Amino acid sequence: MTDPRTAVAAAGADSYARIVAALIRVTGDWTLAEDCAQEALTQALERWPSDGVPANPGGWLMTVARNRAIDVLRRASVERRKLRELAILSVPGSSEPGLSVPGLSVPGEASSGVESEEGEVVDDRLRLIFTCCHPALALEARVALTLRTVGGVPTADIARAFLVTESTMTRRLTRAKTKIADAGIPYRVPTGPALTERLPGVLAVLYLLFTRGYNADGEPAFADEAIRLARLLARLMPEQPEVSGLLALFLFQHSRRDARRDGDGNLLTLEKQDRSRWDHAAIAEGLEVLAGAPGAGPYALQAKIAGCHATAPSSEATDWPRIATLYDQLARVQPTPVIELNRAVAHGYADGPQAGLRLLAAARAGGVLDRYMPAVAAEAELTARAGDRNRAADLFLDAAALANTEPERRALLERAHEVLGDSDE
Amino acid sequence: MKYMMFVCTDTEPETDETDIPDIEVWVANNDARGRRVLGSVLAPPAAATTVRVRKGELLISDGPFAETKEVIVGFDIIECADLDEAIEVARTHPTAWTGRIELRPFVDMPRD
Repeated sequence: MTDPRTAVAAAGADSYARIVAALIRVTGDWTLAEDCAQEALTQALERWPSDGVPANPGGWLMTVARNRAIDVLRRASVERRKLRELAILSVPGSSEPGLSVPGLSVPGEASSGVESEEGEVVDDRLRLIFTCCHPALALEARVALTLRTVGGVPTADIARAFLVTESTMTRRLTRAKTKIADAGIPYRVPTGPALTERLPGVLAVLYLLFTRGYNADGEPAFADEAIRLARLLARLMPEQPEVSGLLALFLFQHSRRDARRDGDGNLLTLEKQDRSRWDHAAIAEGLEVLAGAPGAGPYALQAKIAGCHATAPSSEATDWPRIATLYDQLARVQPTPVIELNRAVAHGYADGPQAGLRLLAAARAGGVLDRYMPAVAAEAELTARAGDRNRAADLFLDAAALANTEPERRALLERAHEVLGDSDE
Repeated sequence: MKYMMFVCTDTEPETDETDIPDIEVWVANNDARGRRVLGSVLAPPAAATTVRVRKGELLISDGPFAETKEVIVGFDIIECADLDEAIEVARTHPTAWTGRIELRPFVDMPRD
């Protein structure tokens, strides 16, 4: 028999966002929705050990949460309309409600969405994500609200990741929810041109969430949460290649999580990582996701580049010509100095150091990369490979002076000595 | 929902001067849809008068005190389904291109 606690955790992970999203749609009350979903999980923890795990755990949770909401609303004597809508709120994956609501009938149709004006069924969780990521909310508030409401992450954990106290984070979340209500932010997935405008903002929130989890001082669970949300989004919006691109990009980057640090916790560059420690199941999933969604947007292109690295048996055996071509495309859709820098590096491997140096000079022309260590280090590497060892050593010293961390600085000083040492031979 | 659109100048130098929408079209379009409840251009801050009462005493002064370069030059009250519709209305106002629009929802006072 399944351990009841494990069953509650699994059902919660699967159903929390669905329950919150459905209750928000009907009641418009975010706090009520969260409290009721939480209450359902608490009751499950109390009752499943003695009563046994129900056949449809998600349906059980939804029913308990909904009944709780009806209770609270009844006591607050809200209009009958909301109560009626709650009563017909369907329970996913069941034809039987887990609990009955006295005096209110419950039809058995299983779907957690309602039809949009265009007639298609929109998943409640998708509305929830788009509302949490509305550009009228501050970016940090969007990330926190998405974690709390869609991900069900405890406020204390979010506060820790944002380096604020729990009460500060609680206030920030409350302010965001108040803004949603007061400003009239709709609970809706935009359609047509509006969707094209809004989707990148949603993906940016997921990306920020991922990097919050992936960075050295981040909350590792956030990377998993970002992947979970990207999977959900990719399933709900299969016709959007950028969503699949983002998911694939996450999977490729995440596949290196166990290999990207040395024994002292210092970051290792790709060529120094032990590739046998990459998560090859994640890489396979990433490739599959990419194959199913051919796109040429920024995330899809970055995912394809990450996929080239992920499938290369070694740094030397990497398909640099293909990566260089992909960077050419990426630089056209997203011409930022950092992408131009990476493009120069890729061409340096694909077409030789002189080609790389020419592109790098163009990328640095604007001056934005002047104090950017990776740009100086890249120029040093390319110069070394072009044969000008003295100049390369000077550039490595310049880069070392710009390094943010001690291990980075040490590695660059070592490279300066290495290139000079080579010339003694 | 009702929204107050404050039509403001902006200190941001990079304004979009190409294909600026026409204000006459904007007014006619939103009037025809019954979305624009009321709106007007306002006289410059030089014509403003500040009124305060302190300790029961009426204090009148010339203009606003704050020396600000961002000025409210007009307003429109619009009736929209939600913020997304209000944003759509605001983005087609010429001042969104040359200045900025601030959208403020009306507060629904509870009726008992």
